[in-house]
Amino acid sequence: MTDLLVSREYRTITNVAGPLIFISNAKDVSYDEIVRIRLPDGEERTGRVLEISKDVAVVQVFEGTTGIDNRLTSAEFTGKPLTMKLSPDILGRTFNGIGKPRDGGPDIIEEMEVDVNGMPINPVARDKPEDFIQTGMSAIDGLNTLVRGQKLPIFSGAGLPANKLAAQIGRQAKVLGEGEQFSVVFAAMGITFREASFFTRSFERSGALGRVVFFMNLTNDPTIERLTTPRCALTVAEYLAYTLNHHVLVILTDMINYCEALREISTAREEVPGRRGYPGYMYTDLSTIYERAGKIKGKKGSITQIPILTMPDDDITHPVPDLTGYITEGQIVLSRDLFRRGGDPPIDVLPCLSRLMNSGIGEGKTREDHRNVADQLYASYAYGRDLRRLVAIVGEEALTELDRKYLKLADEFEKTFISQGDENRAIARTLEIGWNLLAMLPEEELKRINESYIEKYHPGYQEE
Amino acid sequence: MTTGSISRISGPVVTAEGLRGSMMYEVVRVGTDALFGEIIRLDKNEAVIQVYEDTSGLKVGEKVESTGTQFSVALGPGLLSSIYDGIQRPLPVLYEMSGDFISRGVFPPGLDLSRKWRFTPVVSVGDEVREGDLIGIVPEFHIEHRIMVPPSVSGKVREILEGDYTVSDPVCILDDGTKIAMMQLWPARKPRPYRKKMDPDTLLITGQRIFDTMFPVAKGGTAMIPGGFGTGKTVAEQTLAKWSDTRIVVYIGCGERGNEMTDVLYEFPELIDPRTGLPLIERTVLIANTSNMPVAAREASIYTGITIAEYYRDMGYDVALMADSTSRWGEALREISGRLEEMPGEEGYPAYLATRLAAFYERAGRVVCKGMDERIGSITIIGAVSPPGGDFSEPITQNTLRVAGTFWALDTALAYRRHFPSVNWIKSYSLYLESLEDWYEKEVAEDWKDLREEAIYLLQKEVELQEIVQLVGPDALPDSEKLILEVSRIIREDFLQQSAFHEIDSFCSLDKQYWMMKVILTFHEKAKKAMNRGIGIDSIMQLPVKKAIGRMKELSDAEMVREHIDRITIDIDSLMEEDR
Repeated sequence: MTDLLVSREYRTITNVAGPLIFISNAKDVSYDEIVRIRLPDGEERTGRVLEISKDVAVVQVFEGTTGIDNRLTSAEFTGKPLTMKLSPDILGRTFNGIGKPRDGGPDIIEEMEVDVNGMPINPVARDKPEDFIQTGMSAIDGLNTLVRGQKLPIFSGAGLPANKLAAQIGRQAKVLGEGEQFSVVFAAMGITFREASFFTRSFERSGALGRVVFFMNLTNDPTIERLTTPRCALTVAEYLAYTLNHHVLVILTDMINYCEALREISTAREEVPGRRGYPGYMYTDLSTIYERAGKIKGKKGSITQIPILTMPDDDITHPVPDLTGYITEGQIVLSRDLFRRGGDPPIDVLPCLSRLMNSGIGEGKTREDHRNVADQLYASYAYGRDLRRLVAIVGEEALTELDRKYLKLADEFEKTFISQGDENRAIARTLEIGWNLLAMLPEEELKRINESYIEKYHPGYQEE
Repeated sequence: MTTGSISRISGPVVTAEGLRGSMMYEVVRVGTDALFGEIIRLDKNEAVIQVYEDTSGLKVGEKVESTGTQFSVALGPGLLSSIYDGIQRPLPVLYEMSGDFISRGVFPPGLDLSRKWRFTPVVSVGDEVREGDLIGIVPEFHIEHRIMVPPSVSGKVREILEGDYTVSDPVCILDDGTKIAMMQLWPARKPRPYRKKMDPDTLLITGQRIFDTMFPVAKGGTAMIPGGFGTGKTVAEQTLAKWSDTRIVVYIGCGERGNEMTDVLYEFPELIDPRTGLPLIERTVLIANTSNMPVAAREASIYTGITIAEYYRDMGYDVALMADSTSRWGEALREISGRLEEMPGEEGYPAYLATRLAAFYERAGRVVCKGMDERIGSITIIGAVSPPGGDFSEPITQNTLRVAGTFWALDTALAYRRHFPSVNWIKSYSLYLESLEDWYEKEVAEDWKDLREEAIYLLQKEVELQEIVQLVGPDALPDSEKLILEVSRIIREDFLQQSAFHEIDSFCSLDKQYWMMKVILTFHEKAKKAMNRGIGIDSIMQLPVKKAIGRMKELSDAEMVREHIDRITIDIDSLMEEDR
């Protein structure tokens, strides 16, 4: 480590382009290391090495390149990648996008210092996520169950209440019958002060503030720092989960801003663009964030991720939601249509999915009939929704009696099952509402449900 | 072996100088950590290297050493039940060596070099052997692992051993002194040789109705499953890996989720192969290069997998290879190509994408293997494709369509209403129907072809009728067409839908598939007749047998399904009786 003591300061910036600076003749530079940049007026900024060749090092400046000149500004190579200082004192603290305190408090006195890029978890070391998390929301618990160690994003549209939903999950989420340590890591990327303070207030109200670590990169903060915000946050989450044995819920918002920062860097580097100008490696890059959710064998803690992203123009095929959906284990999708009709939360369950649902439900976890009820509700609601389109053309009178029942079920489903406001519903209550809805159909329509469950749980049998 | 030095670093692509005399795709060790890399371009004094590990911390000027060999896969007993990363590093060994996270510069061998295997020779001293000939067998779980003379080796056996040896011990020595061990190395990017290719003529039985009855793939064929996220690609691939009737399954998790691989790792040792009664893991080789593992190793994982598949094919076995997902492999190509600053083709993919894809799928096939006994082996490739935005017009889907024999189009709309497997019956097709016709006639039933065509016809007709219904409402249809709507709904819900998680329904024997289809079409036939005699459609739809048809999939026995035919006759006859 002796070479670190030798200061390697260069005043050889030859080129500045967007967020990048090009330093020539730099010797002994390592890929991905952190660079300290000193402006003529004494201001200090941080950068990261993106590419090196014999004569030039390309450095991405986190705080932006405004004011950097190509004569007096100097750059010092630290020889280290970006790290995060960790100790149990980080709980309750607020940091900026590159992991420096921004709450006016003192620096963290570290117990350990960790590279924020993290390393891929060996698939063999992963533990199977199977602990049911009760969020108290019927659309999630009943139909798209969240389990510990899962990454389940919320796909939202501009103006839809994704934040409210995320905050409510953060407040209500619990694992049945357990009283373990849990904490929340909240990473804000390019969101407004108003949104950020909504979350702060929400945590405050539930008295959880002392268990939250905030990473704040707001709209007016440097764009490029958004690239490191989630990585710093997840480094803290890994520390809390695997060293301090907490169950950590990580909320990342808004991933679209992260991806835009990624695109900005890519454009500045003149890379070949993929779809809509986003770089071709965006899938890989996003995976190095999302894949940091999970559980590890032999460790008590876990990391559950809820990334929020705003779909531009409500388009689920936009590259950011699309690639996210390919990496995450399902998605919760909000619908403008339902929101207008007063759905609260306006979750459109049809495009929603939880890939780990099956391992978190069933006998001993939720209830034996859970899977069947969810499947039947899905199939029936989907059919009812199809009929709505038909009704718009031919009128309700043209429908068969059975179809009218389906139509009614679809309406009731949205009103009583999905919409719940601030209510915190236990899973048994969610299933009960589900059964009441299914009872609107003739029994032979319930093909997805095992006959023995019908006898046991169908309201028609209960009354007798 | 030459040593050069790093002159440029850009993500996973490193340029080195002074490696003159190295060859394309030669393995090199990069930097002081000796990271694993492969030369992908040679340019005068410079070699461009893709590095299979994270390059953070590398410096310009660090040394690069060439090894003189190409990236090779270790083949021998011990592959089955293993789990590797993209470059055949055994993950459990890595776990022991470096803990929960994958660290760099660690290279355990692909096969356990200390474990002893019982080798029983099948040749004797003085026998003439040539490439591909069997020299002995080793029991590997329930598979007879056949030790073959490696390609381009031949001679007279001078010495042959029997007993317990490690994979690297020579067990056979030829006249010219060539030593043959149980393990052989083969360059992953080079297809293993065979004698000749044959037409596939046997069905790959998957136990899935939509595949086996509707859109079959033959052993030695190729199939693709494209679909947007959430349409059930991975569940389909895993279901196929579970129930396909091949001796060996190679499952490649290429750039997919870590938790999914964990799922496989937890589930496969517990699942029982319905044909052998043994744990499924004992016939499976897993390759897991998750999305956050280095992108260059993701590119290599496909080749590692197919080489292992070819090795078992050469023993004369049927092998199924699942690749989930080939799109991620294509994206790895694109990423590397972008770093090389190559001229991009469509959507930024390199121009050679189509060639590479075709070359991979062509490694499938039913072949006569090298060797005297003319063993016949096959590889069936089933590749998942993840088109961005579920849009099938993108390059990977389109290029795969040109080479794949069966097309299983997954449909987001079906997935939304939880119709699984969400294979769209209108868009999908199979090019193997003709070559499998004889097989079906012999193994299933003579009228299989007619039944399938009838069902496809009804489903097609349903689409047309639905369009009319959308315009004028269902009442405008005559009763015979209303019946078609009802019957096609039965086909969709009670035949095509199949739960991958149901105890009984997850695997459906061909017999049961046949009888289910037969029952549904018989119902249609009889209902039509009854309606011709003036019976209303409503009273037919309320028959108890219709409800029973909806529960057929839960029956374990084909015979019990068959009994429904009589019930249909009885029910409808009594209905007509009443009417009279």
